[in-house]
Amino acid sequence: MNTRKTEILVGLFIAAGLAALFMLAMKVSNLNIYSNEEGYEIIANFENVSGLKVKSAVTMAGVRIGRVSDIVFDPETFEAVVKIRIESKYDTLPKDTTASIYTAGLLGEKYVGLEPGGDEENLKDQDKLKLTQSSLVLEKLISRFVDSFIDKDKKD
Amino acid sequence: MIDTIQQLGASGLKFFQRLGRANILLAHIIGGIPSMLPRLSLVVHQIYSVGVLSLLIILVSGLFVGMVLGLQGYNILVDFGSEETLGVMVSLSLVRELGPVVAALLFAGRAGSALTAEIGLMKATEQLSAMEMMAIDPIRRVLTPRFLAGFISMPLLAAIFSAVGVIGGQFVGVGLLGVDDGAYWSQMQASVDLYDDIYNGVIKSIVFGVVVTWIAVFEGYDAIPTSEGVSRATTRTVVHSSLVVLGLDFILTAIMF
Repeated sequence: MNTRKTEILVGLFIAAGLAALFMLAMKVSNLNIYSNEEGYEIIANFENVSGLKVKSAVTMAGVRIGRVSDIVFDPETFEAVVKIRIESKYDTLPKDTTASIYTAGLLGEKYVGLEPGGDEENLKDQDKLKLTQSSLVLEKLISRFVDSFIDKDKKD
Repeated sequence: MIDTIQQLGASGLKFFQRLGRANILLAHIIGGIPSMLPRLSLVVHQIYSVGVLSLLIILVSGLFVGMVLGLQGYNILVDFGSEETLGVMVSLSLVRELGPVVAALLFAGRAGSALTAEIGLMKATEQLSAMEMMAIDPIRRVLTPRFLAGFISMPLLAAIFSAVGVIGGQFVGVGLLGVDDGAYWSQMQASVDLYDDIYNGVIKSIVFGVVVTWIAVFEGYDAIPTSEGVSRATTRTVVHSSLVVLGLDFILTAIMF
């Protein structure tokens, strides 16, 4: 085998390997929706965030406009403090935007849904959302459902 | 009783002696890398025999592993009505585990054994001693380029394995079983993280590449220079590197994920 042919084949091999890595990065992973480390951060307090994770999606009107960047517990108010990073191009959210935690599908991932209010002023970095609605906990819902049946039985 | 303890001690000492020799050899090999840089053609030739010639087996097994994952995953996921997440299952299991591990096992069988046999035969036919007579350091001339070639080829092979596997899973899942193509890719992109999953998979494959080539090169260099010794060394290469890859994989997974 002459050197030239070997070198061409090795070059092709390395190119194929790099192409495979590139494909994994671009096509398989979330690189194309990842490049938004900048942007601004808003804070929302929730009574219950069970199931929400760091990097969960934050959507408005069903379109992803940011990600959850941090979740911590506030020992004074006993609430969960969720930091949300919004992409910098969406900087016209009204100040009275509300946040709720929804589930994608019946058993799917949790995500934060934002709904715009009517305020003239816009949200800025480190602003706090005033109105939030907590995560839906299936057990609580079921127990409330069962309780309502028991109450009905008593009345009858 | 004493004899058993003595035997245990002897084999323990032997093990640590070999480990020590392997470490000294690794230091020599790495010390030879700077002098390798002006003579990259040696490395290129080794990449050809270590990487390019392993390509076929990697491509074929990657494709079939991906196809089997697609088939099995579909059969399980369809029970829960969530066959859209097939892409997530296929890509995560390939990128995190199967890509690096299976590629490393195949690499040990295809390239590692060949390296050991080649170096062992060089030793048995006294080519290495002949080099020393000509004042050429056989470690730098023979072992370093092979080690570098393994170090470079293994991550590329693992990446090719994963990429081909994802395409194989798509072929079965989307093409044959009727999962939605858009859901296959978008769910995958939503769940696979560039840093957590793909970088860690690449790191894994680099570690496996270093370890497998290190074992292969050491076993060849340390082989008893007879035909029996070379054959034993070749067997040891495959067995030891497979075991080490599987063990290391567990440790790396525990650290990374």
